[in-house]
Amino acid sequence: MIVIEYLAYFLITLGAVFLFLGALGIFRMPDIYTRIQAGTKSSTLGAMSLVLGTGLLGFVSFTPGYPWLIKTIIIVIFVAIANPLSSHALARGAYKDKIAPFTKENIDAYQEVEKNIEEEMEDAK
Amino acid sequence: MMNSKISVISKLFFTWLIVFVLWLAFTTSIEIYEVLTGLFISFIISLFTFKSFTSRGLKGLSPIKLIYVIKYIFVFLIALVKANFHVAKIVLSPSLPINPGIVEFESKLDSDFAKMILANSITLTPGTLSVDVIGNRFYIHWLEVKDSDSEVAFNEIAKQFEDVLLKIYS
Repeated sequence: MIVIEYLAYFLITLGAVFLFLGALGIFRMPDIYTRIQAGTKSSTLGAMSLVLGTGLLGFVSFTPGYPWLIKTIIIVIFVAIANPLSSHALARGAYKDKIAPFTKENIDAYQEVEKNIEEEMEDAK
Repeated sequence: MMNSKISVISKLFFTWLIVFVLWLAFTTSIEIYEVLTGLFISFIISLFTFKSFTSRGLKGLSPIKLIYVIKYIFVFLIALVKANFHVAKIVLSPSLPINPGIVEFESKLDSDFAKMILANSITLTPGTLSVDVIGNRFYIHWLEVKDSDSEVAFNEIAKQFEDVLLKIYS
């Protein structure tokens, strides 16, 4: 039991550290795409381990504790489903709004595709 | 369309099972009233939703596939933790060593659901973000482009996930 409790504290601390790093990443990155990367990504492990740590702490502190654990695992799964969908929608929306990604070597494979899609849409009109 | 009747029943039961397991997880109780209510309510919900919930029905539940699903979760968690530490290192280093760009690669997966899982896994692993999926081509925003060649990008980003997914969805 004491091992699980310390594991829970470790997970909560790890989550807090990664959430802080996510915030720092948003502050330091140069453009929207890299900010999405830093922000939503560091928060995946951050939010997941924070919530899971809370669940483990509930598991050892209450009797019966297993509802805590199961419900927090459901929250973790929902975060894992919702997070990539929202960051993908943000990135694609930003590209459709013609925000050019910051690149050092000008690598942008999506440019051509986006042009073709726009031309097709204008033809359709 | 020959076995459409069987697949309707199989889809319905698959949805019922998933919704009922979710009910059990939420209530975390095995009292008889709770279980009976759960069976009834999840059946009604699955009646309305089974058409769009699953396309394969009970076929997705063979034990070998379940083992690969568990393997996929482990592969994914290891990649997630590794990549998180990697991005943390980038954020903390004073020179900010990034070389962002959008790369493309082609995937061998043909099921829509598998493609969604692959794209979501790529987005969840830090350092890579799927911008769009058109047909079989994935467009990935990559924080540290090592090579804009699609072969290299595929091996670096998606190969570990796709290998397992191909075994689940084949």
